[in-house]
Amino acid sequence: MTPAPSSVSPTSPKTLKPTVFWRLAEDIPRPLNLTLMVLSIAVPFALWWLVAGLDIVSDRFLPSPWQVAQALGRLWTNGFLLSDTAASLGRVTVGFLLAVVVSIPLGISMGAFASIRALFEPIIGVVRYMPAPAFIPLLIIYLGLGEAPKITLIFVGTVFFNVLMIMDAVKFVPKDLLETTYTLGGQRRQALFQVITPYVVPNIIDTFRINIATSWNLVVVAELVAAESGLGRRIVQAQRFFRTDEIFACLIILGVIGFTLDLSLRYLMKITCKWAVD
Amino acid sequence: MHLEINHLTKQFATRQGPILALRDINLHVETGEFVCAVGASGSGKSTLLRLVAGLETPTSGEIIVDGQRVTGPGGDRGMVFQRYTLYPWMTVQKNVEFGLKLQGMGRRERREQASYYLDVVGLTQFAQALPKALSGGMKQRVAIARTLATQPKIMLMDEPFGALDVQTKETMQQFMLDLWQRTGVSILMITHDVDEAVFLAQRVYVLTAHPGTVQREMQVELPRDRDYTIRRDRAFQDYRDDIMDLLRGKAPALAR
Repeated sequence: MTPAPSSVSPTSPKTLKPTVFWRLAEDIPRPLNLTLMVLSIAVPFALWWLVAGLDIVSDRFLPSPWQVAQALGRLWTNGFLLSDTAASLGRVTVGFLLAVVVSIPLGISMGAFASIRALFEPIIGVVRYMPAPAFIPLLIIYLGLGEAPKITLIFVGTVFFNVLMIMDAVKFVPKDLLETTYTLGGQRRQALFQVITPYVVPNIIDTFRINIATSWNLVVVAELVAAESGLGRRIVQAQRFFRTDEIFACLIILGVIGFTLDLSLRYLMKITCKWAVD
Repeated sequence: MHLEINHLTKQFATRQGPILALRDINLHVETGEFVCAVGASGSGKSTLLRLVAGLETPTSGEIIVDGQRVTGPGGDRGMVFQRYTLYPWMTVQKNVEFGLKLQGMGRRERREQASYYLDVVGLTQFAQALPKALSGGMKQRVAIARTLATQPKIMLMDEPFGALDVQTKETMQQFMLDLWQRTGVSILMITHDVDEAVFLAQRVYVLTAHPGTVQREMQVELPRDRDYTIRRDRAFQDYRDDIMDLLRGKAPALAR
């Protein structure tokens, strides 16, 4: 028998030190959370303001926030801001909606039926690794310079990712739920439409939220190459006239619209899928 | 209702070769009976129930319900699973209605029938709640109401209280016994819990493992009207000890 230690041993076992900032996979206090979130925007903005104000870099290269705000006002009054935003958003809407219409039935079928999966997964697996912008020259040759090649690019660049992500979600539908459905007297068709489909709706919305970012990227890429209108086109124009303030303005607009799309889809999820959030 | 299992054998093909899960099972359940099959893990009891539900196909032998051979799952054999199987996006009410909807019942009729069974399981006030707001025991009561609402010929229960804590489990067992007496539904339940089997069943099949075989069929001659105090009765304890002995591979002390 070993004698009990008379005092605390110098090599006491290592315990987890308390912390607030470095909590692993835990929430932090609300005020800290809010402060850090404000800093996330405020610090880069302040740095920009500072560097632009210090005259280290010429105004022509790095416009100040104030100049960018003026450029924004200019683009607004001459109507370009609205028409370019509308043009870009319109292309994203049409192209992405086409991808949505194709990817929901295809993704669900591929997830639900091993046969459909075997039929489509290999080809999609290869094609999705072809970078969408690499299709632009081909699309211009086939479809010209109008709206068609841009919409097609957005479609091609998002549809395969949508399909594969929806397919994966379907694979996670608990088998128990399907078996329950059968023992309640349900048919396969009913299990597909009334159990599998509603179960993956939150995943579908999330998939679209993630992939709409890609379509927002692609529309600008397409417009940088060849376009009559759109925010990408506006950036190219600004570059020609060395208007870095307008480029900054367009970048900010692109960021704000993208973020708004993200938030709206989050909101859609919150109101339509109460069962799946928190 | 008459459920009959004749010479049922189930073999699974695995990479290490075939595994015999069940061998020559003979079993029957009559109208209004509460029958338990009790066995340790490896006795293939879950497989047995899945075969009756039609979720698996037998290697040989047959399962017959009212003269009809079972070839696949159907609404005449409702199943309550061990894991919670409520549809998470449907309210409690919609969950209970769902089986009726699948079977093509009209909206008004199924609402009435679902409400009736929600009342039977005592969850009327939770009709509009989502499953995630319910406790484990309440979820299982909804699942039971959902199965009962479709009025199956027999209710199959796969260790339905296995995931519950001891207190909830005891409440649910009492609830189940009352429910069975009120509705007269025929039940085939499997469990590893010997105490549960003796408490609930009129007849118990004792299954031994590797492969699963019916070791003994035992009539539990306790009053139909039981409550937890019966566990202190000598007769109850004798039944339990006998089954435990059989499961341990020993001959029971008393021949019944």
